[in-house]
Amino acid sequence: MHVPDGFLDAPTSVATGVVAAGTVALALRGARRELDERTAPLAGLTAAFVFAVQMMNFPVGAGTSGHLIGGALTAVLVGPWTAVLCMTVVLLVQALLFADGGLTALGTNVSLMGLVAVGVGYGAFRLLRAVLPRTRTGVLTAAGIGAFLSVPASALTFVGLFALGGVADVPLGTVATAMGGIHVLIGLGEAAISVAVLGAVLAVRPDLVHGAAALRRPADLARRSAPAEVGVR
Amino acid sequence: MSASRRSRGLWVAGLLVALLVAGVGSWYASGSPDGLEWAAEETGFAHTAEDGAAADSPLADYAVAGVGSERLSGGLAGVLGVAVTLLLAGGVTLLVRRRGREPAGAGD
Repeated sequence: MHVPDGFLDAPTSVATGVVAAGTVALALRGARRELDERTAPLAGLTAAFVFAVQMMNFPVGAGTSGHLIGGALTAVLVGPWTAVLCMTVVLLVQALLFADGGLTALGTNVSLMGLVAVGVGYGAFRLLRAVLPRTRTGVLTAAGIGAFLSVPASALTFVGLFALGGVADVPLGTVATAMGGIHVLIGLGEAAISVAVLGAVLAVRPDLVHGAAALRRPADLARRSAPAEVGVR
Repeated sequence: MSASRRSRGLWVAGLLVALLVAGVGSWYASGSPDGLEWAAEETGFAHTAEDGAAADSPLADYAVAGVGSERLSGGLAGVLGVAVTLLLAGGVTLLVRRRGREPAGAGD
């Protein structure tokens, strides 16, 4: 999904750069509400984990591959604003050190994988959480569907940007069909990896998962609190 | 106290998995073009891609310049990437976080 330099013209790249910068500025404020002494170290680790898993391209059909984006998973684990910051750091490191994704396309990639993947993935997760049972299965189902949707949503956003500022003169319909079709398949991989990782974390520390707050029953909280704090509550 | 110890356990386990995936697992990753590259080739705009300013980076394309073994080169690049990402993202989130022992959820 990493957009290289050259696909989009300069005005489009500048515009996505402005959108990306504005999103990161908002995220720096929003993340403060999500991060405390316990969750901040987990957020840094989540970014490093996403970087690693993004290296694991899995085969999709004949002669094509895909990899985790991780925006939805990160948002469920550490919160959506923090996820924007984590994804931005991952994309920055990839573009600057590894030449993966262009430098002038950095704003585009942050917009696609930081803003759209996180926003659509977490938005769908929150909507589904409201209607699904308040159980671990409900959380995992919501996260899996959010992760799945985040991938074609990012791909189709790229098609929209390509319509505005694509350098090549190719029929938009075929680009949309190819991008949408292949990324529906990649989205299935995104959902599988996200559910597996989230399930593993929920199994050991559900209290650290941002999107699983409703699973924290009062009895669990009382058990985890130090005796001195129980009276205060 | 046991909660913080288990928190550290999760953190160490997560870091080990990340290092293993980036340092060892990545060797087995599919080398086929990804969804965007494939779609660009299929529909005929792949040729408009340009090498960016970072193309000459000693770590470009997830390989360490000067390391002969492809496997070692890719693994080292992955481990370095995990380390840099952890430092940067860890630094940002530590700077942004609420300080002190405010009760969890106080800002929600």
